[in-house]
Amino acid sequence: MRLKLEKRPAPSTFMLIATPIASVLLTMLIGMIVFDAIGINGQRAVVDIFLTPVLASYKWQDVAVKAAPLIIIALGLSIGNRAQIWNIGAEGQYVLGALFAAAVGLYAGPDAGAATLILMILAGIIGGAAWAAIPALLKTRWDVNEILTSLMLTYVSFQVLGFLVGGPWKDPNGRNFPATAPLPEGLTLPILFPGSTVHLGVAIALILPFLFWILMSRSVFGFQIRVVGSAPHAARHGGFDAKQTIWMALLIGGGMAGLAGALEFTGSLKAIGLGFPSGYGFTAIIVAFLGRLHPIGCLIAGIVLAITYVGGQVAQTTVHIPNSTAGIFQAMMLFFILASDILIRYRVRVIKAKPSGAQA
Amino acid sequence: MQTPPRLDLSGITKRFPGVLANDQVSFAVQPGEIHALLGENGAGKSTLVKMIYGIMQPDAGVIRWNGAPITIANPKAARKLGIGMVFQHFSLFEAMTVLENIALGMDAKIPARDLEAKIVAVMQQYGLKLEPHRIVSTLSVGERQRIEIVRALLLNPNLLIMDEPTSVLTPQEVEQLFVVLRQLAAEGCSILYISHKLHEIKALCDTATILRGGKLVDTCDPAVETSRSMAEKMIGGSLKDIQRGEGRALGKPKLIVQGLSVPKDGPFGVALKDIGFSVKAGEIFGIAGVAGNGQNALLLALSGEVAAQNAEAIYVDTTCVGALSAKQRRLAGMASVPEERNGHAAVPDFSLSDNAILTARDRMGMVSGGMVNARTAKTYAGEVITAFSVKATGPAAMADSLSGGNLQKFIMGREIMQKPQVLVVSQPTWGVDAGAAAAIHQALVDLAATGSAIVVISQDLDELLSLCDTLAVINEGRLSNPMPVAGANIEEIGLLMGGIHGETQTPELSHAS
Repeated sequence: MRLKLEKRPAPSTFMLIATPIASVLLTMLIGMIVFDAIGINGQRAVVDIFLTPVLASYKWQDVAVKAAPLIIIALGLSIGNRAQIWNIGAEGQYVLGALFAAAVGLYAGPDAGAATLILMILAGIIGGAAWAAIPALLKTRWDVNEILTSLMLTYVSFQVLGFLVGGPWKDPNGRNFPATAPLPEGLTLPILFPGSTVHLGVAIALILPFLFWILMSRSVFGFQIRVVGSAPHAARHGGFDAKQTIWMALLIGGGMAGLAGALEFTGSLKAIGLGFPSGYGFTAIIVAFLGRLHPIGCLIAGIVLAITYVGGQVAQTTVHIPNSTAGIFQAMMLFFILASDILIRYRVRVIKAKPSGAQA
Repeated sequence: MQTPPRLDLSGITKRFPGVLANDQVSFAVQPGEIHALLGENGAGKSTLVKMIYGIMQPDAGVIRWNGAPITIANPKAARKLGIGMVFQHFSLFEAMTVLENIALGMDAKIPARDLEAKIVAVMQQYGLKLEPHRIVSTLSVGERQRIEIVRALLLNPNLLIMDEPTSVLTPQEVEQLFVVLRQLAAEGCSILYISHKLHEIKALCDTATILRGGKLVDTCDPAVETSRSMAEKMIGGSLKDIQRGEGRALGKPKLIVQGLSVPKDGPFGVALKDIGFSVKAGEIFGIAGVAGNGQNALLLALSGEVAAQNAEAIYVDTTCVGALSAKQRRLAGMASVPEERNGHAAVPDFSLSDNAILTARDRMGMVSGGMVNARTAKTYAGEVITAFSVKATGPAAMADSLSGGNLQKFIMGREIMQKPQVLVVSQPTWGVDAGAAAAIHQALVDLAATGSAIVVISQDLDELLSLCDTLAVINEGRLSNPMPVAGANIEEIGLLMGGIHGETQTPELSHAS
């Protein structure tokens, strides 16, 4: 008996949707087995990481607030990935977005209002896009691999952050902690439900996927992104400029990451410290792939990944496993989703006996 | 019969998901026989040959080798039996020498010196000219094919399978190949010759087996049949001739190319040097040439995918389009169809509707305010499907679900129905069956009759001679002087196609420079 991969006549829609779900389930199963093997209550860990945040209603707001940046960043990344442009520096663009927003806030002074808040958010988009423009320039001018440059710039962004919050932007009343002063009330995002932490950014994260859906499925730009990713020569033949596509994909990816950074800063954290980069930019890569690079998929996958973040914190207190366990689960999910990609275009056939020429 | 056939197939059946590629195919090849395997694309020739060469296993049926039933597990086993195969697409390393390439393909390890002696001996025996120490990238396609033939001959084959061997050769090179094949056959080697060029089969083969839709439809003697009768057996219907309107007159020059030069892209690319020609309204202008002489570069330069060095190099009517992008040239009335269907002319994993958007969006009003009007695209794709009898489930069918010929009909239809002023097509019937080819030819003739200027770049000289009014030959990025097709001298065209690569000069001399 042997296994054989056979090309499907058409890509399987069933597998397109089933494999992400299977990946999540498989992650839970394997996680359970591994944790049991190392002497931790695996079933409890998996339940706490994946189910408690869903079942316990007081955790929902945490999930929503964590899902928002993941969804927004993943939307931008999925456009780049569709065009086969691999921006893995969203974390840095996220940081720069927050810093640009902070810059506007700082110079506007403590009495600024809603107009400044809008400017801060726009500055966040510009900041993220500007940071992503560096790999775009390097790639279109000198064909420098954007994977390396965008990733390396992430670490540069941490240094920029460290310099600003430890130096010029340090809160004078902050007991010498390297962090900016908390935002004045007028410059924080409105809270949607009084008494909760659910801010306006969550609503933006719920609306944007639908706008991106229309953009990708109906617009010439969406068509261009899809053609460039699927058949670059055909794109050139169809009159689409490859360099322009690279620029647009990176600027949108960076702009969305910057937006997420600005929203996280103005909506949740209200101050920027050294701990501001929390890995959303990297986790969003998983969100984009788990969501099959589809805007609505990103919405769902963003919620799933947010659940594991929140669940990781739950498991930390209940079964005493480190918070980074959630990262292991997230990585496992990405692993399974990438591994199962092949099932969309191929099917596995089990061949029992070796066919011989002498059967007839 | 005293001696059993060299190869005897009976009841060979091979099934793929959704297709019966071979259905109860039975025929025999005698020792020393040159046996043609004829059929349209998708008739099952390749599948059948792959089973003989051990790449695939039949689902049912028996293969007998010299009378004994056998299972050919893999190509290595096939070579051990004495079955050699020359593929249509060569597997050669461009940056290595002829000798190194042959050594890499050998199952047995032979010291380089002995191998070279063997290669020289085989080449002398069959009059194959090849310099063992030349780098493959400097060789012409004909010379590359000779490497593959030498590689196969080193195994002392009893059966040599040739898959579409002449599609890339000049007429002179074809003649030389036939001499080698006849000599091999005279020595008792059987040859299974796959082709769709019927006059070659008539000239070369003793027997022809015709496949259609995976079934064997006839085994005949090509000497008795006519090219037309064999073609009709292949397509299972009657063949249409190109219908030309009477008394058509050519108009003013519509496409004017002058001093078009493009530097080569990459070490193995071909630079275009000072190309100049003009095509009148209603004229079909053919560009002949052996593959890899700049045809691709020329198409890219004309389609606007690569900018010309000199913006004044290309005019459509009185509009200078040399500096325009592909999109702008389309708007100026200049359409093009590149040679490669999958991934260049069409996106394989897009629907036909989306593929219509690719090149027809601006001319056919599919875009407004940056948004695509999917309904217009769908309607247009549907019209192309109907007008060009494309066999597809509809506009939503994926491009890669269509056979090569049907996709080509769709692509040609997509451009032709935009009524371009100038249409540049490369290899319009490459790998397309006879029925579809006839339909494409007719559509080109009809478009020309409406006053469009058409450029056809093709390696198929027969196609150009039957289709075009004027012909020029491209060789190493230079275009010959145009000549009218009526009264063209095939010998001369062949020499132009060969250029300095041809065997009219000794290869040692021509490449020393």
